[in-house]
Amino acid sequence: MTTRYTKSHEYVRVEGGMGVVGITDHAQTQLGDVVFVELPPIGQRLSKGDEAATVESVKAAAEVSAPVSGTVVEINGALADSPGLVNQDPTGRGWFLKIELSDAAEVDSLMDEDAYRAFLQAAS
Amino acid sequence: MSASLSAAAAIGELACTPLYNLHRALGARLVGFAGYAMPVQYPSGIVSEHLHTRARAGLFDVSHMGQAILAGPQAVRRLETFVPGDIAALAPGRMRYTQLLDAEGHIRDDLMVTRLPDEAGRERLFLVVNAATKVVDFAHLAAELPDCALIVLNDRALLALQGPKAAEVLRRHVSSAAAESVSAMPFMSAKSLQWHGVLLNISRSGYTGEDGFEISIPATAAPGFAQELLDEADVRPIGLGARDSLRLEAGLCLYGHDIDNTIGPVEAGLMWSISPRRRAEGGFIGYEQVKWAIDHGPSRLRVGFLPEGKAPAREGAGIAALDGQIIGRVTSGGFAPSLGRPVAMGYVDAAHAAPGMGVCLIVRGKPLAAKIVPMPFVPHHYFRGG
Repeated sequence: MTTRYTKSHEYVRVEGGMGVVGITDHAQTQLGDVVFVELPPIGQRLSKGDEAATVESVKAAAEVSAPVSGTVVEINGALADSPGLVNQDPTGRGWFLKIELSDAAEVDSLMDEDAYRAFLQAAS
Repeated sequence: MSASLSAAAAIGELACTPLYNLHRALGARLVGFAGYAMPVQYPSGIVSEHLHTRARAGLFDVSHMGQAILAGPQAVRRLETFVPGDIAALAPGRMRYTQLLDAEGHIRDDLMVTRLPDEAGRERLFLVVNAATKVVDFAHLAAELPDCALIVLNDRALLALQGPKAAEVLRRHVSSAAAESVSAMPFMSAKSLQWHGVLLNISRSGYTGEDGFEISIPATAAPGFAQELLDEADVRPIGLGARDSLRLEAGLCLYGHDIDNTIGPVEAGLMWSISPRRRAEGGFIGYEQVKWAIDHGPSRLRVGFLPEGKAPAREGAGIAALDGQIIGRVTSGGFAPSLGRPVAMGYVDAAHAAPGMGVCLIVRGKPLAAKIVPMPFVPHHYFRGG
C-alpha cells in the first residue's frame, strides 16, 4: 500500500487501482473541529487539482483538491453524521472519498511520507 | 486543502497584549487580528472552549480593544451628540451599549459607555470600543470634543470572565468585604475593587450571552491576575474562535461584519439601545436618518436564520426568497456548538423579515433551505439581581 501527499495536505492511499483520499493529520489540526464535509456525487470525474470536497470547521471552510485524476466511486457516508471522524482519525475512519485512478503514474509525482514530513518541517 | 484561515506568518509584525507570553505558554494558536497577535484557540479547540464557557467559566483576553476615559464638565451631553444611547440617564456605576454614528446615521463603531463618579467637577465616562476602529474613534472624539479630555488607557489590559461560574470564581479573588458586592452587581453595572492592592475596574457585562464580567486592569498586573483565575478548576482560557461562536449564538453584532458604516442602528435591530427620550429629542449626529427609519420602518432588517441540515452558511452567502429572488446576504454564520447545528444572521428586505418565513441561503452555488427565526439562538443568562 502506497500513501502519497500533496503540498495542500491531502493524502491518497493507493489500494489496487483505487485511491482513498482524505486530509492529513496536520490539516485537521490546522482546521480544528470539523463540523461538516461536503462530498462529490459518485461518478464525478475529477482532474488532479480539481475541487473534490469542502470541509468546514467551526472557524472556516476549506477546499479539498483531488490529489490525482479519476472517477469518484465511493464516498464516506459516515461523515454526514460524524464529521468529527476527520479530527479523530483523519487517515482511517475520517477518509473522504475513493477514486478510480485514471493515471496511476500521477501518484508518483506526489510526496511520500518522508518528503511530506520534511515539507511540514520546512514550512513550520 | 486551501483554507481562508491561515496561520499568521508575520506574527512578529503584530502588536502584543500584556498576556502574549501567557497565551504562548498555554499553547494558543496565535493569529493576526486588528493588528494584534491574538489567540484564536487553545489546544482543546473551539467547540470545547465554547461549551466550557456555557457550562462553567471562560477567561478571554480582550486587551486589544480600546479603553479611554472621556472627562469634562459636560462630558455626558457632549458624548450624546455622537451616540443615540441615553447616556444622561446613567447613574454613576451604570453602563450602556450604544453606537458612534456618522452624518448618514450609519454606525462608525459600537461601544460600551460606563458613567464613572464625577471628579473635580468633571463628568467622566469610561469607553470601550472595538480594536480595529479604536485609533480612528479616539482621534474623532478628541477632535470633535475639544472641551473634553480624552484619556486613552493604553497601559491597561482588558479581560473577560464569562459563564455561569464567573461570579463564584471572581468573588474568591477580591477582598472578603468586596465579595458580596461582586455577587450582587446587576448586569450592566460597574465597580472599582482591589486585587492585591491593584485597582480593578469591573463591569458585569460581556459578549457571550452568559453572566460574566469584564475587568480592566493595569497591564503589568494582568498576567498575574489572569494566571490566578486560570488556576481555578472552573476556568479555562478561551480564544477568539469561541468568542465569535458564543456571540453569534447570543445574536450579538460583530462590528465590520453585522454592522458597519453602511448600516444604521434601526435596521440592525438595535432600537432597544435608543431610549424614548433620545428617539423623541434627537440631538445626535445622524438623527434625521435614524428618526426616519423609526417612523417609516427600515427597508431591510437584521434577522436570524436556522439552516436545515448541517452545512454552515457563512458571511457573504446570498439569501433568496422561495421564488428565487435575492433578498439579502448573510453577515455572520457558522456552526453553533451549543445547538449542534449551523446558525446565521444577515439582512433581508423588510417585506421578507417575518419569523417563520422560509428562505434559501446560497452556499457554494447551491440553495440551502433555512427559516427566519428570532434571536438570540441561545437564551441570554444575564444576572438581573435577586
